[in-house]
Amino acid sequence: MNIELQGLTKRFPARGRKAKGETTAVQDLTFTVPDGKLVGLLGPSGCGKSTTLNMICGLETPTAGKIFFGGEEVTALPPELRGVGMVFQNYALYPHLTVLQNILFPLENLKGAARPTRQQMRDRALEAAKLVQIEELLDRRPKELSGGQQQRVAIARALVKEPRVLLLDEPLSNLDARLRLQTREEICKIQKKTGITTLFVTHDQEEAMSISDFIVVMKDGVLMQQGAPQQVYDDPANLFVAKFLGTPPINVFAGEVKSGTLLLAGQKALAVPGAPDGEVWAGVRPEGFVPAADGPVECGLNRVEVLGRDTSIVCTHPACQADTLRAVVRPEQLSGPMGSAVRFALKPEKVFLFDRAAGQRIRFGGTTA
Amino acid sequence: MDRNSKKAWLYLLPSIVLLGLFLVYPLIDVAVYSVEECYNFASQSYQGIGLYNFSYVLHDPYFLQAVENTFVLVIITVPVSTILALVISTALSSIKPLRQLYQTVYFLPYVTNTLAVGLVFMVLFQRTEYTDGLVNLMLEWFGAGPVDFINGPHWAKMFVLCFYTIWVVLPFKILVLTSALASVNDEYYKAARVDGTSRTRIFFRITLPMISPMIVYLVITGFIGAFKAYSDAVALFGTDLNAAGMNTIVGYVYDMLYGDSGGYPSYASAAAIILFVIVLTITCINLLVTRKRTPA
Repeated sequence: MNIELQGLTKRFPARGRKAKGETTAVQDLTFTVPDGKLVGLLGPSGCGKSTTLNMICGLETPTAGKIFFGGEEVTALPPELRGVGMVFQNYALYPHLTVLQNILFPLENLKGAARPTRQQMRDRALEAAKLVQIEELLDRRPKELSGGQQQRVAIARALVKEPRVLLLDEPLSNLDARLRLQTREEICKIQKKTGITTLFVTHDQEEAMSISDFIVVMKDGVLMQQGAPQQVYDDPANLFVAKFLGTPPINVFAGEVKSGTLLLAGQKALAVPGAPDGEVWAGVRPEGFVPAADGPVECGLNRVEVLGRDTSIVCTHPACQADTLRAVVRPEQLSGPMGSAVRFALKPEKVFLFDRAAGQRIRFGGTTA
Repeated sequence: MDRNSKKAWLYLLPSIVLLGLFLVYPLIDVAVYSVEECYNFASQSYQGIGLYNFSYVLHDPYFLQAVENTFVLVIITVPVSTILALVISTALSSIKPLRQLYQTVYFLPYVTNTLAVGLVFMVLFQRTEYTDGLVNLMLEWFGAGPVDFINGPHWAKMFVLCFYTIWVVLPFKILVLTSALASVNDEYYKAARVDGTSRTRIFFRITLPMISPMIVYLVITGFIGAFKAYSDAVALFGTDLNAAGMNTIVGYVYDMLYGDSGGYPSYASAAAIILFVIVLTITCINLLVTRKRTPA
């Protein structure tokens, strides 16, 4: 069951007595979540990703646009008729009910012919509990569970009605770092096992990149880019996406293109055949630096951080927009002691040019996709 | 005793002294009075110690009438006012426009003087030589005969007292329940909506259990408050409550002390102790019942 959004728009009336007009939370959003895939909806806080999720599950009505589940339009349907399972950020487990009662809750809402017998309900609840491995916790109350266990109960509750689509709102944000790694594997595993079309919202790019089959990047309610994680990382459509994805983040330089050459602080840095002349933002991924004695980019050395697998060189460059830039290199690329300066060559496929005004990608010879 | 605990006691001293002087000592004194027989206020003398005071009070028809009135008042007003408050606060939480206005309107009785309100109620319900009163006027529309609510049959007077009491206690309960309802996280309702939960089911399976601690609090304080009712009756029926047959236990205590038939601190103390025992018992029962029902 794929999810298809067409020109989805949501405007809220402005808050406050004096404020006039409307705020646009989501603007003309169009994308498709492929059947049976795990898709991450990614963006900074307040970019409209949760609003999008709420519209898909039916808690918010879109101002304009349409939503389709497997070709069937569901825009006007109430949540319970859409066949969605939703996991909320704070899990929203009913504290006065046991785990089993929580999982049974959605089934007990069913009416008429759709309503299973008591025994069937129990069987389905147990099945869902088994899927997320919480069978031994069924008689506990939510507050007696750890964050990760609560998360699983919430997933079981969302899955027990056998929804067509599973939606997760910031599923990992309430967990500590170690549990987060484990839980995201868990979510990935459950998704693969059930094969249910899953859309999850997150502001954490690492989270989205690591488990998604497909990511959708949003900013200020507008779709920035969509694609497979690696593809989006390797080929960002604009400066925002380039900056948002990747740890350590991309290094941004104020540069200039003159007759097919990128100049950083007036120095020739890289040949960029095909790029038009003018001022640009030049983004260089940390792994795009290659230490070279005669490299064109000279940086002042701050410190070297040894991380074992690779080494971070923190240094300064006059054209760099941040105070320091970070280059990640392999230890064997470093030879001998370093002085107060270090020189790099740049890998063309790790360098992205963006126009100064809108931050749109400027493609050049070496990296045209 | 180490330095720290000495300091702690020192800091606590003012409140301990004040509480002891004005709360604990009078309490003990009341208990002492209640067993001193034929205590004379003027000469500060008594003739013996025993349970005669209790026996007198328990055989006094006025006291029995007061106990009956108080129990009727408690049994009717506490559940009715709590349920009404629940209905109103739920309605208040579900409307958006003019909510502040409605909240203010419902809260007004709380800041209004009991006696003034009582007077208004009396005017509404009383039958005089000149008019049947507003309530009777409305009753006539439905073909019901005029009833003298203030000086008439006992049930009519009881009805006015209960009506009035409910009206007076309602605002505080609405206030507490509205804030309790507002504190329920919206995500629970969203989750319930995604699962297609009906409104009644949401109310009984989610809202009610979530605010149950507040309801328990209101019921317990409601019981205690209703057992101590007195000024409401005075406001409606005047100070001679025994003659009106509308006395309450606290009213009886007051009459025994200062009323026309007063000057009997021993009887008053005995009645006060009986009231204390009743309230204590009911509160304990309340706690036991709610503890059993609220899951651990």
